[in-house]
Amino acid sequence: MFDHIPILSIVCYIPLAGALLLLFINKDQGKAIRTVATAIAALDFVVSIPLWFTFERSGELFQFRESASWIPTIGVRYEFGIDGISLLLVLLTTLLTLLACLSSWTAIKTREKEYYFFILALSTGMLGVFMAMDFFLFYVFWEVMLVPMYFLIGIWGGKRRLYAAIKFFLYTLVGSVLMLLGILALYFFNYKSLPEWGGLETGIQTFSIERFHEIATLIPPDLQVWIFLAFFVGFAIKVPMFPFHTWLPDAHVEAPTAGSVILAGVLLKMGTYGFIRFSLPILPEGTRILLPWVVGLCLIGIVYGALVAMAQKDMKKLVAYSSVSHMGFIMLGLFALNGAGINGGILQMINHGISTGALFLLVGILYERRHTRMIAEYGGLSAKMPVYATLFLIITMSSIGLPTLNGFIGEFLILVGAFNRVWWWAVIGALGIVLGAAYMLWMYQRVFFGPITNPENEKLSDLNGRELLYLAPLVLLCFWIGLYPKPFFEILDKPVKYLVERVDPDYGKGASLAPAATAVPAAHGGAHGAANGSTDSGHGD
Amino acid sequence: MKQLLWLIPLLPFCGALLNGVLLRHRVGKKMVVAVACGSVLLACFSALAVIGSYMGSAEHAAGQAWEIVVYNWIPGGTLLTDIAGTAQLDISMGFLLDPLSAVMLFIVTFVGFLIHVYSVGYMAHEEGFQRFFTYLNLFMGAMLMLILGNNYLVMFVGWEGVGLCSYLLIGFYYKEEFPPFAGRKAFIVNRIGDFAFIIALFALVARFGTLDYTKLFPQIAAHASLVTGEYLLGLTFASFVALCLFVGATGKSAQIPLFVWLPDAMAGPTPVSALIHAATMVTAGVYMVARSNVLFQLADNISTVVAVVGAATALFAGTIAIAQTDIKKVLAYSTVSQLGYMFLAAGVGAYSVAIFHVATHAFFKALLFLGSGSVIHAMSGEQDMREMGGLKKMLPWTYWTFLIGALAISGVPGFAGFFSKDAILEQTFAGGHTLLWVVGLATAGLTACYMFRAFFMTFHGKFRGSDEQRSHLHESPASMTLPLVVLAAGSILTGLVGLPRVILGQDGWIHRFLSGSIYEIASPAGDHAAEHGHHLSTTLEVGLMGISVAVALLGIFAAYSFFGPGKELGRGAAIAARFPRLHRLLVNKWFVDEIYNATAVRGTWTLARQLFRFDAGVVDGVVNGTRHFTAAFLAPMSAMFDQYVVDGLVNATGRIFSFGSRILRKVQTGFVSQYAFVFVLGLFAMVCLYIFLR
Repeated sequence: MFDHIPILSIVCYIPLAGALLLLFINKDQGKAIRTVATAIAALDFVVSIPLWFTFERSGELFQFRESASWIPTIGVRYEFGIDGISLLLVLLTTLLTLLACLSSWTAIKTREKEYYFFILALSTGMLGVFMAMDFFLFYVFWEVMLVPMYFLIGIWGGKRRLYAAIKFFLYTLVGSVLMLLGILALYFFNYKSLPEWGGLETGIQTFSIERFHEIATLIPPDLQVWIFLAFFVGFAIKVPMFPFHTWLPDAHVEAPTAGSVILAGVLLKMGTYGFIRFSLPILPEGTRILLPWVVGLCLIGIVYGALVAMAQKDMKKLVAYSSVSHMGFIMLGLFALNGAGINGGILQMINHGISTGALFLLVGILYERRHTRMIAEYGGLSAKMPVYATLFLIITMSSIGLPTLNGFIGEFLILVGAFNRVWWWAVIGALGIVLGAAYMLWMYQRVFFGPITNPENEKLSDLNGRELLYLAPLVLLCFWIGLYPKPFFEILDKPVKYLVERVDPDYGKGASLAPAATAVPAAHGGAHGAANGSTDSGHGD
Repeated sequence: MKQLLWLIPLLPFCGALLNGVLLRHRVGKKMVVAVACGSVLLACFSALAVIGSYMGSAEHAAGQAWEIVVYNWIPGGTLLTDIAGTAQLDISMGFLLDPLSAVMLFIVTFVGFLIHVYSVGYMAHEEGFQRFFTYLNLFMGAMLMLILGNNYLVMFVGWEGVGLCSYLLIGFYYKEEFPPFAGRKAFIVNRIGDFAFIIALFALVARFGTLDYTKLFPQIAAHASLVTGEYLLGLTFASFVALCLFVGATGKSAQIPLFVWLPDAMAGPTPVSALIHAATMVTAGVYMVARSNVLFQLADNISTVVAVVGAATALFAGTIAIAQTDIKKVLAYSTVSQLGYMFLAAGVGAYSVAIFHVATHAFFKALLFLGSGSVIHAMSGEQDMREMGGLKKMLPWTYWTFLIGALAISGVPGFAGFFSKDAILEQTFAGGHTLLWVVGLATAGLTACYMFRAFFMTFHGKFRGSDEQRSHLHESPASMTLPLVVLAAGSILTGLVGLPRVILGQDGWIHRFLSGSIYEIASPAGDHAAEHGHHLSTTLEVGLMGISVAVALLGIFAAYSFFGPGKELGRGAAIAARFPRLHRLLVNKWFVDEIYNATAVRGTWTLARQLFRFDAGVVDGVVNGTRHFTAAFLAPMSAMFDQYVVDGLVNATGRIFSFGSRILRKVQTGFVSQYAFVFVLGLFAMVCLYIFLR
């Protein structure tokens, strides 16, 4: 369908074009600016939807390819393409950008033109990251995207916005510089050689991600470890993993609602996306060597984030720390290095985008009415805002992994995968689910139940139509993924198999890297019986 | 008919959707009632129709289940499993009807419907009428998923779903302080149990690659060696999974150590206590253990744990119940105690007996709760039995039905509780667990005693409440008394399905019926007592029966002599005064809540706060420290370095050159011989260097 149309570029640059269009609108015409920006975001979302339908589930790994020469002297090319993983993230990005615009109509009253300009520009940056098939291009988008976010926090943020914005910017920059070193190491290893490690001496200058995937097995293990570490810092800061997470609570608390939504919904996913796209397939040996350390940090992050979340008094900060815990879950799934774990991890990336995005939108709605995020200021809101309370409850349940909602599917698969790798990983991970219920319900109780103690809360009004409109898609997605996640798994099937084959080639051949912690010889007849059992699907209709 | 199976849970969900979303605030109470009760009634009818046709089907005759897969729910990718090799994890949304789920299905839909009807009257004047019925329908849907699921994950969906509804309904009066707290406590304590439950599921997936009952159980039953090898923590696979499942069950079914949420759950409206916290949800743990009977049969050590925990809980909760003055608290601890009985039965391998007790208990405990609700309703919300008394005349229907319930739970012959409780004690004794039998017997005495204490305090003697309360006393409306009557009938008749051997000459119907869901373990040696349940001689059986009846009557007599007509509260108070310490211990529920608060709860909070301080101080401190170090030290140092060293170097270079040139100028002598000499010297030095370094 899109054989001759550069559909990815179109999706990627519509927001940027829209941002430039905004420059022609007089800055006093707030309503026009809002409307145009939202329309642009909506257009982009609509244009991105056909990708879902036309993406061939069993076709090429990367589809909708675009390729052009860009900086020939060093072999940089303009390469776009998406696999199932990027597809989901692209759709998440276009959706959340639209919702972010919708949610800002009344929340942002100053310098609207610049605000929507930055939101749209940010969208282009994020989309580019998920579409880039050239590592250099990826890096450019990765860096470009920092700038609008920096301004979004720094201009429209809360009291300590400058501190938070600079912290966010510098912290991420430190990581990305190391990532750049890793990229260059790969580049020179392929092109010529590196001192000490030699190289492939191909003489071909390229930053092609696919090429790096191809040479994965040729990279010596110790070099893999070094490059992995360089990437790790970059990605782990973005995720963020313990102990690189402290920029997140500050950024979230200070950012305007839409900024938080995009930050939690999309930006954090770039870290995990980096691991999926680069660390695991390009550096399988390095991944396996450093596996225990990475997983150790994941497990600490899960429990630590959840415990610290319990101690929060500010709703946004609580959600921010819960993100640290949830992102630890995602990482745990990815580093289980098996089908269930990676499937769950990727699905959980989408789930976290949905539920945490929704949580920030919900907190934003309250903030707009009362201008405070302190939990203690509230109480008894159920009586005044029943619809709001209900939606908040649904999202809370999604966040703590109640079955039939999206979070459960992801968490379950992640933990199944982890248990399959090393059983006690799953046991520690599952602690996070218990703690998750504790802090989320504790917050919910304090905000919504009990008598109304603060007279300010007496005049709170329930959701209006626009608020319902931008929350509804997320709530529906929660149920869709919770009840019928199959379409998502169909899209993820191929890339996940590809990843597992790359990172653990012996998987399924009986010689996986970490033999199941519980290797008990199967009794005779057992395997036979199981084979019978699994082929016997003739029950029911 | 088989295809109707998925409709049964769907109907109440539709009711919830209608009342909760589509018709919210748009219809009157009558419509709300029609939707809520109608959907459950329809579910009940479909359940009866499906059960009926299942019992007449060829599959049932062949000992098979009816299973339907509605759709493929989680196609979760490949996994490396212990015995199936690489397996594709495919979890279906499917339902299964076998004798076990049929019995549960009947209990849940039938008792559920009655409680819905009762609630119409009970909640008539409450705020949030529609919300209440939304939650109640949601609960029914989840509970039906729990018992009808064809695999553990669908069970888990229902399991968590009923937990959510329990949370919402306990906290129904959300404007007050305590109910939301109690709801949250219930949810979190349950989550601790669920933590273990789900780990059991991981282990099953890791080994078998599936969670479907019909794939797991026959396979395990046929090849016991699959699960009897050493697994984790020194346990066999079966023991590990059984232990995790049981810990999950202790959460949902309020057993030691996770029982603390159930008494607080009484903060919810009384019909909720009857439906969720007595008749249905709390028995889910028993159902789960019975469902997993293959694993428990192969895990003798864990079965013993189940029996011991069950018996201990039964006795422990009984001792607390006897000192409570809140009528609902008495019933709550009584429920904990009765659930203990069920686990005792399951633990000694008498799964059908456990389910039998689930069935009889569902009727008589729902009856008792609804009776207490009727009393509370009449007393304008008063729950303290010390304020009641003499209600017999004003509430005749409630009085007589409550009496039937009390007789049933006490195990008076002829009533349902007698047959099921006696079967438990008999099986315990026959299994050789004499100590557990004694504990069970003692609990039976306690049960009769605390229940009749409550009965006498409530209905006999003089009215002790205020005049205001007295003026409002009235019998409840028909929508409330009618369910009481039906449940009272059930509290007598359900006993008939499980008549003992001495009467029938064979096992009761329910035991024969349920044997279709209880696997026989193929034992290579063949020495295993493959038959379920042990049989005692008729004399011994009658003898045991006589003992337990005597104990029950003794309990009733004790209650009569302390709290009976004319005694008022004097003698009870006197006895409490004689053993003040014991009394305080019992009134305060052995201080278990306080102990948990002081250790686990407080510990977690402290840890959380300390970690937050650590996060702000140390983890973030390093980041900010780096920034400060950069800004306050590195930057000025760099500036100084730049000014004095880098720039200094530049300036110095200039100076060096002018200085050097002044010196070097003197080298330029113009004499060729001098140049040649220096040239040779240099060459020599280079050669030396070369040789030296080679």
